[in-house]
Amino acid sequence: MAEKVLMKGNEALAEAAIMAGCKYYFGYPITPQTEVAAYMAKRMPKIGGTFLQAESEVAAINMVIGVASCGKRVMTSSSSPGISLKSEGISYLAGCELPALIVNVQRGGPGLGGIQPSQSDYFQATKGGGHGDYKLIVLAPASVQEMVSLTFKGFDLADKYRMTSMILADGTMGQMMEPVSLDLGEVKEYAKPWATTGTANHEGRNIINSLSLSPAQLEEWNKSRYERYAIVERDEVMYEEFMMEDAEICVVAFGIAARISKNAIMEARKKGVKVGMIRPITLWPFPKDALKKAAAKVKSFLSVELNMGQMIDDVKLAIDCSKPVYLCNRTGGVLMSPDEVVAKIDEIQKGEAKAW
Amino acid sequence: MVVFEKTKGLTDNQLHYCPGCTHGIIHRLVAEALEELGVLGKTVGVASVGCSVFSYNYFNCDMVQAAHGRAPAVATGVKRANPDNVVFTYQGDGDLAAIGTAETVHSAARNENITVIFVNNAIYGMTGGQMAPTTLPSQVTQTSPYGRDVTVFGYPVKVCEMLSQVDGATYLERVAVNNVKNIKKAKKAILKAFKNQIEGKGFSLIEVLSTCPTNWGLNPKDALKWLDENMETYYPLGVYKDKYKEEEK
Repeated sequence: MAEKVLMKGNEALAEAAIMAGCKYYFGYPITPQTEVAAYMAKRMPKIGGTFLQAESEVAAINMVIGVASCGKRVMTSSSSPGISLKSEGISYLAGCELPALIVNVQRGGPGLGGIQPSQSDYFQATKGGGHGDYKLIVLAPASVQEMVSLTFKGFDLADKYRMTSMILADGTMGQMMEPVSLDLGEVKEYAKPWATTGTANHEGRNIINSLSLSPAQLEEWNKSRYERYAIVERDEVMYEEFMMEDAEICVVAFGIAARISKNAIMEARKKGVKVGMIRPITLWPFPKDALKKAAAKVKSFLSVELNMGQMIDDVKLAIDCSKPVYLCNRTGGVLMSPDEVVAKIDEIQKGEAKAW
Repeated sequence: MVVFEKTKGLTDNQLHYCPGCTHGIIHRLVAEALEELGVLGKTVGVASVGCSVFSYNYFNCDMVQAAHGRAPAVATGVKRANPDNVVFTYQGDGDLAAIGTAETVHSAARNENITVIFVNNAIYGMTGGQMAPTTLPSQVTQTSPYGRDVTVFGYPVKVCEMLSQVDGATYLERVAVNNVKNIKKAKKAILKAFKNQIEGKGFSLIEVLSTCPTNWGLNPKDALKWLDENMETYYPLGVYKDKYKEEEK
């Protein structure tokens, strides 16, 4: 087994990016993700990479577009309000079909919100955020180890599908320290014949562009992109099943909410309640089939989220509303305790909970 | 005997610009400069939003189409990724001096080793003639129908003057393309701006005063005259900063 080191989530993620071959980082300070920038500022000059603190989130994401256009691995990181600012550029990344990695260490919103952990950018990450028809590959780590492995994976998927990947973490994942293994395996190289490296280096002219004034052509572009998205939905779904064999209540939770839910499930099991969990690791593509399959066995679902109820919509869609779905949530930067989740499970068990 | 040949720096695509618009001349000057310097094969241009949005169809090199105002940030990424490429942006006044002011100032402050071609025609052309950050006081546009009232809309932004105060900037020159003499000077300035980049000297911006006959409501000939009589007085031509010349002194 590889040696483990104790690292803070944000720093572990940054190191994983470097190990994935990312030599370009552009960012702007914002709590609670600033450690990523600070780590990159220290490391990048040592490995011949580029760290640049941009004048704004908007500039940072456009610098990402520049590097991505040249076919090189590149990333930026921010927290919720900063991701809103980047959303224009994220839409352009999608429209230009550029691979890149974006990290959102979420904090409470809307507006300036707060600086405590939140999952309230679920809609923004999975449904759009920027304008137009597009999807991001959205990865939700639930441990520092996953901050590492999903960052590595995110770069690979981005290159593989010419898509932008997003790590949707939260303040807890960014700030907490856990032992991690940085044994990540080989970086797979992908050919990028489309990259703007100068016409001396490839056939013809390469143009990175998202503009078309022909509606028929734009429709064609969108449709062909969605054909690729369909492959991602078929092949790249990741989730974890926890104590689902005999479960009657299926908790659905990601990130820190899943960690809290695990404790709650063990507590509830001690009381004899048969609870399990499906933890989406990819929020897009969403593990629809796994939930649908579970719906045939369980009596109800409980979505545990740090927002006013966002993923719960996808849970209901995945199971075609075939079973009642309940919500256990805190928002604004407040974490729920395992006891609160247990209390909700009790309510459901007693038939006292109100379905969403 | 061939007395004039089209530069290899431009594709054969037909320009979409309005008759009499001087974008075509500026395109040719940029393309000629890249060809003469022998760098077309390693050039990456960054197109902006506005009339020149389709410049990626015309410049015979790799191109990236940037969001409105963000071309200098995109160019920063391209140049940092491939320092051996020659990287330029081609931006209008709305793009560079309004929505993209921060990107402009900060790429200059970083002395980013790129070349910026800034086309100033004192109006938003693509959207049909609205007030630009460089629209002259009293100038009538679709969104300043009674003339630009500086007490309401403020004053035009003088980009070269402003950037001349930015320590990072290497070379700043304002030129015009309204007559042969000025066109020759513009060509020289653009060449210098690219040479600076090739020599690793840093951020060069050439502001080119340009016409918009369609949205100024003038015929092409009168538009050239209007540029001469109105724009050149508000935006004097000349070199605003030449860091290396300063150092030579």
